[in-house]
Amino acid sequence: MNKKIKGLIREEKNLVKILLEVQKEIGYLPKEIMEYISKEKNIPLSKVYRIATFYKAFSLTPKGKFHIKVCSGTACHVRGSENLLNFLCKYTGSEPGKISKDGKYSIEKVNCLGVCAIGPVAVINGKYYGKLNQLKLKKLLEKIENEDKERERI
Amino acid sequence: MKIKNVKEFEEFKRNIAKRKKDIVISVSSGTCGLAKGAEEVFEALKKEIEINGLEKKIEIKATGCHGFCQYEPTVVIKKNDLEVILINVNEKDSKKIIESALRRKKSYTPKEIKEFVSKQKRILLENNKYVDPKNIEDYIAIGGYTSLSKALNMEGKEIVEIVKKSGLRGRGGAGFPTGKKWDMCRNQKSDKKYIICNADEGDPGAYMNRALLEGNPHLIIEGMIIGAYAIGADEGIIYVRSEYPLAVKNLEIAIKQAEEYGFLGENILSSGFNFKLKIFEGAGAFVCGEETALISSIEGFAGEPRLRPPYPAEKGLYGKPTNINNVETWANVPFIIAYGWKWFSSIGTGKSKGTKIFSLVGKVKNTGLVEVPFGTTLREVIYEIGGGIKDGKFKAVQIGGPSGGCIPEKSLDKKLDYEEISESGAIMGSGGLIVMDEKTCVVDVAKYFTNFLRYESCGKCNSCREGLNQMYAILDRITKGKGKLEDLTLLEELGEYIKKASLCGLGKTAPNPVLTTLKYFKNEYLAHIKEKKCPAGVCKELIEYSIEKEKCVGCGKCNEVCSTGAIDLENYKIEKEKCIKCGACYEVCKKGAITIK
Repeated sequence: MNKKIKGLIREEKNLVKILLEVQKEIGYLPKEIMEYISKEKNIPLSKVYRIATFYKAFSLTPKGKFHIKVCSGTACHVRGSENLLNFLCKYTGSEPGKISKDGKYSIEKVNCLGVCAIGPVAVINGKYYGKLNQLKLKKLLEKIENEDKERERI
Repeated sequence: MKIKNVKEFEEFKRNIAKRKKDIVISVSSGTCGLAKGAEEVFEALKKEIEINGLEKKIEIKATGCHGFCQYEPTVVIKKNDLEVILINVNEKDSKKIIESALRRKKSYTPKEIKEFVSKQKRILLENNKYVDPKNIEDYIAIGGYTSLSKALNMEGKEIVEIVKKSGLRGRGGAGFPTGKKWDMCRNQKSDKKYIICNADEGDPGAYMNRALLEGNPHLIIEGMIIGAYAIGADEGIIYVRSEYPLAVKNLEIAIKQAEEYGFLGENILSSGFNFKLKIFEGAGAFVCGEETALISSIEGFAGEPRLRPPYPAEKGLYGKPTNINNVETWANVPFIIAYGWKWFSSIGTGKSKGTKIFSLVGKVKNTGLVEVPFGTTLREVIYEIGGGIKDGKFKAVQIGGPSGGCIPEKSLDKKLDYEEISESGAIMGSGGLIVMDEKTCVVDVAKYFTNFLRYESCGKCNSCREGLNQMYAILDRITKGKGKLEDLTLLEELGEYIKKASLCGLGKTAPNPVLTTLKYFKNEYLAHIKEKKCPAGVCKELIEYSIEKEKCVGCGKCNEVCSTGAIDLENYKIEKEKCIKCGACYEVCKKGAITIK
């Protein structure tokens, strides 16, 4: 836990805000930090857990090297996002809310990213990709993997 | 720099006008634009301007979404009175674009955009084309904050009256009269009052608020300051969902700039009025679109709705009188103050005044943001603005998100008006219009919404929490060919019960997608139950993929994407035992040789 988070936990009263910052900083809510918040703020751990599981922005598991959000908004749904998600689970060996065994991929199924006109949409590490189908997504992932290997080699 | 009073403000505006360059190029850089390469286009154009030393002549800016989402990246060139709109722009075209911008003597709008904007009345969205959301001076240049300056010279009561007379109603969905809401909060006696902007746009398939927040944040901020002054609140909060990172970023910049220029803070334009504004990032819960749940969430609790009354206007955030309006509602306020209530109420129909932004998406030719006067018919929006169905036949349009309903062909002449839409069993909602064609299964869509809502139900009311789970289970078995005829009556009964017994808007409207599809598309349900068939070819358990020999050209693409090796190319067959019905071959076949039965 870094100083920034400790300072925030000390000063901020609002539990939702604290958890949002931790989520942004670390990428998920580790059990130890939730326990620390509970002690520091004198809030029962069950209540911290309740907030952490009530809101969608929080994750209790760490993110993979490539975090892929698949939009499952209505417009994406009618254009085949469900097939995209199934493919992704198969391809990465992961599933929504979980990290793949090699730690490379994590998948998140999100309600709506609000870019409905170019659906189905996926976001890989913050970058948006529209009008996808299974083949395009497969090629995209292969490209990203290759670029990553290249970077590691250098 | 801080603008201290109205006189200084007027002078500042004159100075800005003088600084205007001959040619202004706007690159649509909302989230959808960026996804399609707007940033690269912007950089290439900027470089081209620099190479040719045209910085003094040409101004380039990255604006918010222009609403032509289908044709992103789009670029608008403004040269005095000329306006040129370019669509599907590629970074490689930058040289050509700059050259033609210099030469051009005529306006130009591509025919796709002409069709798309023909029946629109773009009041709220129009300025997205001209304003760099990261630059407050751009907003001031188009007349921004002039309404605020005007409003601060009026009595709060006077402003409330204007808003009342204008007929403005809440754009979040329910359509409550805004002026009446303001009046309730204004009349409360309290040492502290709050105003909130509900920017927790959670309806899947709706993104008009995102476009306004990203593209023209000062419009919302100005509306809020005017509202706060009229109501007597000194603190405001914008509750924006964290799934909109660009909106959050642009709002942060906008608030900071408004503070620097003296539109937020102490003694605004020497009026004696103080107002501060903050952002609260929502952590992702659909139910937080409901006022009381939103308040709980800001207070740091789980977003569970509370019983009303007391209404937030009486006892809201931290127990103080609070006025909550939707993004689009706030965005209308500066226009009403600028042009008057008579102008505003002359637009629209019956009891629904002004314009409404819809996000037209799904299986329609032109997708994007559509702003039309109330009273426009669904047919006009889908066929004239949207250009009709992409390829295939219209089946239904889903309006109002998960709380709304599916409207069939025969009701397409209904006017977009709060009352008329309610009569059809749907609701106006926040403005998502999802068009469905014959390849969309309405049972699947009803199941999709019910699944969405059962996860988003906060769990407080038994009827909503358990009822939706049961409805989902029934729909699930119908889509798997295991439904019974009695299931349909059961769905109707359950739906009515959930509507009656739930506390908040989420539960009260949750059965709408199921009830409206049952009302208008019963035959499709019956096909799933009696014939064990999905006429749209969507429900996996009820379909089979096959190859049509006559259409197949033998390119082998289907075989390439098939992950289970189910395709027998030689015999034009798909092996049933191996096929997992992922649809990859269907998506990839350009010849239409893969068919669904």
